[in-house]
Amino acid sequence: MAKAKLAKSPWMLHYDGSSCNGCDIEVLACTTPKYDIERFGIINTGDPFQADILLITGGVNHQSESVIRQIYSQMPEPKVVVAVGICACTGGVFKDCYNIKGGIDTVIPVDVYVPGCAARPQAIIDGVVKALAVLQQKREAWAGRRRGEA
Amino acid sequence: MAKQSIVPFGPQHPVLPEPVHLDLVLEDEVVVKAVPSIGFVHRGLEKLVETRDYKEYVYIAERVCGICSFGHGMGYCQCLEKIMNVEIPPRAAYLRTIWMEMSRVHSHLLWLGLLADALGFESLFMQSWKLREKILDMFDATTGGRVIFSVNCIGGVLKDMDGGMLKAIADTVDGMERELRPIAEAFLRDYTVGTRLHELGVLTAEQADAMGAVGPMLRASGVSRDTRKLGYAAYGELEFEPITARDGDSFARCEVRIRELFQSFDLIRQAIRKIPAGPIAVPVRGNPGGEHFMRIEQPRGEAVYYVKANGTKYLDRFRLRTPTTSNIPPMLELLKGCQLADVALLILTIDPCISCTER
Repeated sequence: MAKAKLAKSPWMLHYDGSSCNGCDIEVLACTTPKYDIERFGIINTGDPFQADILLITGGVNHQSESVIRQIYSQMPEPKVVVAVGICACTGGVFKDCYNIKGGIDTVIPVDVYVPGCAARPQAIIDGVVKALAVLQQKREAWAGRRRGEA
Repeated sequence: MAKQSIVPFGPQHPVLPEPVHLDLVLEDEVVVKAVPSIGFVHRGLEKLVETRDYKEYVYIAERVCGICSFGHGMGYCQCLEKIMNVEIPPRAAYLRTIWMEMSRVHSHLLWLGLLADALGFESLFMQSWKLREKILDMFDATTGGRVIFSVNCIGGVLKDMDGGMLKAIADTVDGMERELRPIAEAFLRDYTVGTRLHELGVLTAEQADAMGAVGPMLRASGVSRDTRKLGYAAYGELEFEPITARDGDSFARCEVRIRELFQSFDLIRQAIRKIPAGPIAVPVRGNPGGEHFMRIEQPRGEAVYYVKANGTKYLDRFRLRTPTTSNIPPMLELLKGCQLADVALLILTIDPCISCTER
């Protein structure tokens, strides 16, 4: 019962790595009436302890690196990470900047990559729906491991 | 003296989409001091100007910030046009003005939505953002991008609008004006919104002037100063007066932004009526040499651009002072003496744009 409920209502958390805001406002636009990501049962939360999906925009810089690690470690298993926008995927136009380390996958494992500058809401929704499938797989694997242990 | 405690605020905070960190020194529930620490969004893109062709750098300048994107591209191009003595065609100046005012509409509606969200007024947040989608659709139709358009180039603009498109923009603006009225009514007349905003964070005209506040923050304190009055692009040929309010509190800042939305609708209509026919760009040849300062009015206030060129295709320096940088000192002053529960709201009323500030 609890498993079925979790699959239908994952909560998402958004963090701005070092983005230009373009992808951030598109992530927020996804939650508003025109695109309405909440129809998938997703609620935008501000609390890492309750989040299942982490959406990160922008590349990683030396200051935000520890914050991203901390948020990721605070999220309960199973969890998925979606890199939104080309900066989050590879560093994008800022790849050569002195303060940019690169994409999000230089710090934490990423499950779904959403390209675009700025990523369009349609692409972000597509990425999140893909993330739901990954979340389901991870949940089953995680449940299997627990059964194996017991 | 009461016992002091420190509450960390941010960098990941539900109210602000962007990372900013403040150490709030509290006595009971009252903030006595706020110590900011920044750098979470610093990329160092000003330095890129040394390794990128000056014409290519327009695209980097537009990515300083995704909300004020068009203005940053325009400010950078205007600097180089002055250095290279390029006169842009009048039609390009008008097109820039139309896109700039559309950007202001999108930015202010975005801010109104975030304010409603910070107040916990969820339906008003949704209504504001629903209305904002209409202007984004117009950006999509005219430029092909929703938030970052890349239509500026040195010497003019890259895309034209035909008569049908201009009429569609005028119709959209008329429709949006009708739909904005009930939303504006909710912000300005609603009892709950009023109790949260009235007399919160009062900034007097003297304080605002002395601490260098800019944009709606300055005008809400009663100082009539608007960089658009310098008459860059086509603003010199349009009729408008800077919008001011007297009280200087959070409500006044909200009121100024709402009235600026109606002003922007009017400016778009004026520009559409007056736009001349002709080319949209002039060819630019050679490399720039020299330096120039340029000020433009972004949705959040005055932004200052500085470009130094050395006669090669790589520039020596690009410097940008953003409106939020100027508004942070007054904000820290306002935070002193406010309740902990009002901190997020007060930070929001300066309309902070962290990615502009840190670049």
